[in-house]
Amino acid sequence: MVTQVTALARSGLADFLIQRLSAVVLALYTLCLLSFFLVNDGVGEGIDHRQLVEFFGSASMRAFSALAVLSTAAHGWIGLWTVATDYIRPHYFGARATVIRMAFQVGCGLLLFIYVWWGMRLFWMLPG
Amino acid sequence: MQVSVYRYDPDVDEAPEMRDMSLELPEGKDLMVLDLLERLKEQDPSLSYRRSCREGVCGSDGINMNGLNGLACITPVSQVAKRGKLALRPLPGLPVVRDLVVDMSQFFDQFEKVRPYLINDQPPPAQERLQSPEERAELDGLYECILCGCCSTACPSFWWNPDKFVGPAGLLQAYRFLADSRDTAGAERLRDLEDPFSVFRCRGIMNCVNVCPKGLNPTQAIGKIRGLLVRQGT
Repeated sequence: MVTQVTALARSGLADFLIQRLSAVVLALYTLCLLSFFLVNDGVGEGIDHRQLVEFFGSASMRAFSALAVLSTAAHGWIGLWTVATDYIRPHYFGARATVIRMAFQVGCGLLLFIYVWWGMRLFWMLPG
Repeated sequence: MQVSVYRYDPDVDEAPEMRDMSLELPEGKDLMVLDLLERLKEQDPSLSYRRSCREGVCGSDGINMNGLNGLACITPVSQVAKRGKLALRPLPGLPVVRDLVVDMSQFFDQFEKVRPYLINDQPPPAQERLQSPEERAELDGLYECILCGCCSTACPSFWWNPDKFVGPAGLLQAYRFLADSRDTAGAERLRDLEDPFSVFRCRGIMNCVNVCPKGLNPTQAIGKIRGLLVRQGT
């Protein structure tokens, strides 16, 4: 058993399931957005602000968008953590590898936090 | 034939180098790479490599031939040589002891982690623990591993985390005991593999399947371990 404090769930199984579930959520969200844009812009007339606010302002779409933003953060953290623990290693970066990896992970965490905060703010401040 | 061989003697050399050697091959015969190494050793007795059974059973002579891991004793030269040239290197990712000989401690440390032996907490029967033919068939494709290390040393996840990722050879053996109807430590074995590295570092690259000289499929075994973990954890 290998323990890692910076893994999202500290369990390989939980991370594995979260990554796959979040991928499904993001795929469905992408399909949802694509169909909205295709249906409403089918003849190339463009979509106006009112249509966008109506679409993203509905309660179901707000919840779905929030879920998609959270899924992006979870999926991103697990993926970037995996990349960091694979590549930022003493073999390539010498004795400072752990410090560099921690700095990278803090940077990633901060970016994802800002993304979630900004996304939530954006979707929940829309007029209902 | 031009053969480029990885040479490194830590007692003498400052750094490893690829040294070119040439060899006349007999007409109309396709030698195995091990035969070729034996002839090169006649030219230069200081050339070092492991060998034992010379028939693909002991797993001693795993090396990298023109970029592909395999057993030198059962790999025909014609299968790996390109335009009359052959580059022979030690198995990648492991520390080199000398020339084509690698230190396999990390490989066997990971193998040891999966407790590759039968665990049964029931009182032993008078004669033996029986299996039905179907239960025995579950072990086909798992027990044949000869621990040559070709798979694990072809795996990028093992190169990156040889101290944490069990690797394809160890995981094939882990599943061999998980699938054994006589073993009673399944839940415990799965608990030990549930962390983010031991099993879940496998990214399904399938180099292990590509190079296994026994034609085994560690990726499939890893998929089955993941399936068992999901079923146990949900």
